[in-house]
Amino acid sequence: MSKRVGIEVSLAVAEAVKLADADVVAAYPITPQTHIVEHLSELVADGELDAAYIPVESEHSAMSSCIGSSAAGARTFTATSSQGLALMNEMIFIAPVLRTPVILAIANRALSAPINIWNDHSDIMSVRDAGWICLFAENGQEAVDMTLAAFRIGEDPQVSLPVSVNIDGFTLSHFIEPILLPDKAEVDRFLPPFKPVIKLDIAQPISVGLLAPPESYTEARKATDDALLASKAVVKKAFDEYEAVFGRRYQVVESYRVEDAETVIVAMGSIAETASIAIDEMREAGQKVGLVRLRLWRPFPAEELAAALSAAKNVAVIDRHMVLGVDNGPLGLEVKSLLYDAPNRPRVFNYVLGLGGRDVTRDDFRDIAARVSSSQGVQTRYEIVGVLA
Amino acid sequence: MIEIRFHGRGGQGAVTSAELMAQTAIGMGKFAQAFPSFGPERRGAPVTAFLRISETPIKLREKVYEPDVVVVLDATVMNVTKVDQGLKADGVLLVNSHHGVEALRRQYAFTQKMSVIDALGIALEVLKVPITNTVMLGAFAKVMGQATPDDVVEPFNHRFGPSLAPKNLEAFRRAYEAANLEGRA
Repeated sequence: MSKRVGIEVSLAVAEAVKLADADVVAAYPITPQTHIVEHLSELVADGELDAAYIPVESEHSAMSSCIGSSAAGARTFTATSSQGLALMNEMIFIAPVLRTPVILAIANRALSAPINIWNDHSDIMSVRDAGWICLFAENGQEAVDMTLAAFRIGEDPQVSLPVSVNIDGFTLSHFIEPILLPDKAEVDRFLPPFKPVIKLDIAQPISVGLLAPPESYTEARKATDDALLASKAVVKKAFDEYEAVFGRRYQVVESYRVEDAETVIVAMGSIAETASIAIDEMREAGQKVGLVRLRLWRPFPAEELAAALSAAKNVAVIDRHMVLGVDNGPLGLEVKSLLYDAPNRPRVFNYVLGLGGRDVTRDDFRDIAARVSSSQGVQTRYEIVGVLA
Repeated sequence: MIEIRFHGRGGQGAVTSAELMAQTAIGMGKFAQAFPSFGPERRGAPVTAFLRISETPIKLREKVYEPDVVVVLDATVMNVTKVDQGLKADGVLLVNSHHGVEALRRQYAFTQKMSVIDALGIALEVLKVPITNTVMLGAFAKVMGQATPDDVVEPFNHRFGPSLAPKNLEAFRRAYEAANLEGRA
């Protein structure tokens, strides 16, 4: 039986890693770290989790240790945020192609400069093309559930890829809320032991991470891309199995009140919960507004998202990252690209908001719906919302 | 759903107050959410924490802008922060002060229902330290009917451990017994 507890989401994620029986946790413990690895270090020190905890000297070393551990066949976890993820950058791009299923919790926070410790999605968006499977949690329960699912998905022999579990910094990571923590027997039913396809083994020596000359570099990258794209089916299967064991249903793309909706808001992460309340309130006032949320960001769930948006007249895409030098956010860009060939191409609006911890409220979504409906005759628009003069 | 904002100074336990009350409510089978006003923490600087308690799941993740209840853990914060900002007209202002309700209304022009308790006096007497969070929670629980001393036993034990939990339970109980709500001005 699951246990219902009032717990900080970061600690609950650490409890999920304990339930998953991680073998190795390598992390840099200083800002911008979260309580996730702090609590894991306690669990290891107290003998509650039988894992090697490696307190490394930088995030670059953390991810390096994780890749090495994973290649040696260990179930491996780490966590970071913002500048920490930036410092991991070199190794972030290596884990997917080496096919090491490292699980990384990212408490999403803004990148410097200017220095800012608060929530947005600029950290993950800076590595969105690295080859990781990227899951987004909406609330604390999902942070726990996605962490457990991440091990199941990444370690699947058909996948063997690293997975990032994106948890909005502060807005999720520092919230105390009720969470159902599964029990060990349930987790064991869902998550089999890690059996790597190939591993570093002194009895049967192999090398990983070698030079790929022009004759094979493209093929190695393409093989990784194929695996990443194919992993969507495994993600869906894992979600089905998650529901069978734990009773909570997850989909790669989720729709809320989109039936007959003229304007559909597209969002990722914890703002979708606040958006759903705003949509309830707008629906009560007779506005035909709905919400589509991506739980899976990479591989991009193109078919599922196109289906979810097929009846919309207006699509309002929310980005929590500003791409400098082009008038599109990362999600806005994907949605526009996806819908260019759609039979009933809707109008697509792209709004950037909630940067560097600026609070995202119900008013923001009401305001966006109003902006869309007052933009008659406009096919597409990009706006950074709420910029102070 | 009721929404609560806590005002205190770094180190006094405003954040802990919100967390303990959330854990108490969740332990009682309700839904609750507690979070600090995020920022670099500085001991002694004014801090804010937020709490929502509901009979149904809470999906709202914006900050609390129009609280039903404001809890002031440190009277000196009222000189630098407008603690009744956004407080609903029928809301409740709960203040740690050794002054009376009328004196505070005169000084700060508070109009909402108020409950004033000398939490610092109780804290110094029972806990021997000027940390008012569990005292103010006792007043909050009583005035808002959100919990009884029995309901906080488990969360307090979990948070404070065997040496400090009994004292904090006593501090809670003292405020729970003493707190009264005064009507609107």
